[in-house]
Amino acid sequence: MKSSLALRTWAILWKDLLIELRTKQSFSAMVFFAALVLFLFGFAIGPDTATLSRLGGGLLWIAIAFTGMLSLGRTFQSEEVAGGLDGLRMYPGEIRAIYLGKLLANFSMLVVLEVVLVPVAAVLLQLEPWGRFPLFVGITLLGTFGFSVIGTFYASLTQHLRARELMLPLLLFPALVPVFLGAVNGTTLALAGDPLDRIGGWIRLLISFDIIFFVVCVWIYPLVLEE
Amino acid sequence: MTITDLPQPNPGRARLLGTATLLVVAAGSAAGLFLVPADALQGEVQRLLYVHVPAAWLAMLSFFVVFVMSVLYLIQRDPKWDLLAVSAAEIGIVFTALALVLGSLWGKPTWGVWWTWDPRLTTTAIMLMIYVGYLTVRSFADDPDKRARWSAIIGIIGFVDVPIVYLSVLWWRTLHQPPSSPRSMAGEFVYVLLLNVAAFTLLYVYLMLRRYRLAVAERHVEELRLTRDDGRIT
Repeated sequence: MKSSLALRTWAILWKDLLIELRTKQSFSAMVFFAALVLFLFGFAIGPDTATLSRLGGGLLWIAIAFTGMLSLGRTFQSEEVAGGLDGLRMYPGEIRAIYLGKLLANFSMLVVLEVVLVPVAAVLLQLEPWGRFPLFVGITLLGTFGFSVIGTFYASLTQHLRARELMLPLLLFPALVPVFLGAVNGTTLALAGDPLDRIGGWIRLLISFDIIFFVVCVWIYPLVLEE
Repeated sequence: MTITDLPQPNPGRARLLGTATLLVVAAGSAAGLFLVPADALQGEVQRLLYVHVPAAWLAMLSFFVVFVMSVLYLIQRDPKWDLLAVSAAEIGIVFTALALVLGSLWGKPTWGVWWTWDPRLTTTAIMLMIYVGYLTVRSFADDPDKRARWSAIIGIIGFVDVPIVYLSVLWWRTLHQPPSSPRSMAGEFVYVLLLNVAAFTLLYVYLMLRRYRLAVAERHVEELRLTRDDGRIT
């Protein structure tokens, strides 16, 4: 049973990544969209590099959240062709593997996006993530995981709604406030230095949020897909 | 479970409760406006406390009720829990918005600004958005069973989220006066506040009865439409 859940999760993850690897269009579109958001911040805030780098953590996370939101919407749309989701549901074994597989696929996509986006942001916004790089990476991964946990769950829930493009961010962004606060403040402290040693609190917040919602979402996911 | 089996509140008793509520709300307002003296520091504006705190209490109570009804619905799949949940969510949104507006009106003369990023104020606003999402999902789902199931899930996730939102905003900002508690208030103020809390709670029960009755009627209409049109939704 345990291995069947892991196998099914892996199969769904691999399938989604393979589709992405073979087509590649949506990934490059995501990268350019995220870079475009950074440019818009530059135009909105002005070319003053001191201001841009002071706001860097927040701007980076807004770019990640907007881009991630768009890619989440696509997660379950790829299953709509020829009853893909019904097929997945009819395979024997744990239905939670669908959620876990999609969650890991979204998480990996976002991490790859960040690998490209962070150097671009570092250049455009004059950020210095290299000084405390492990801390910066840790916070980014924790934030991205929290985003993917709730994001994948709500993407699946809103899949069959009318106006789902509107509903996903409307449900997702308020629920993500703790992740957003934790990630933005943690990233800012990792970038600018942390004389008062406040970063630990934000890391604990992110870890608690990730664990609580991972457990809750995995637990009640079968109710989302019920027919 | 068919819709015609749904329990209905007794109209006579609901009317009696309505009359009682009206009297207690009138007594609470009179006491808050005339009986107690104005606050020594803040003046007359402090009387907002007697509506602001009860409104905030009802906001929290409602969302707790939404959570409990959502869990009951997912366990028993009885439509009455779903209709009670949506009634509580709607009333909760009204009182959350009221608490925010009153807090803002109170904030202007005391803090000098309409809005501060205070943890309770910010959490209340986020809570409002979470439950607006809850109601919006309902209006975009056509199938009654799926609508009930999906919104119940959102009711549970939202309820788990609100305390974490509060803690995260609390770490982010800490500049609010500590919550009003019996210890920080003189005796007569506390009694008037408790009277108003009781009045609002009665009002809540009355509104729940009325809104639930309406929800049952809406479900009847929806059911009739579905049967008349052979399952097509017009």
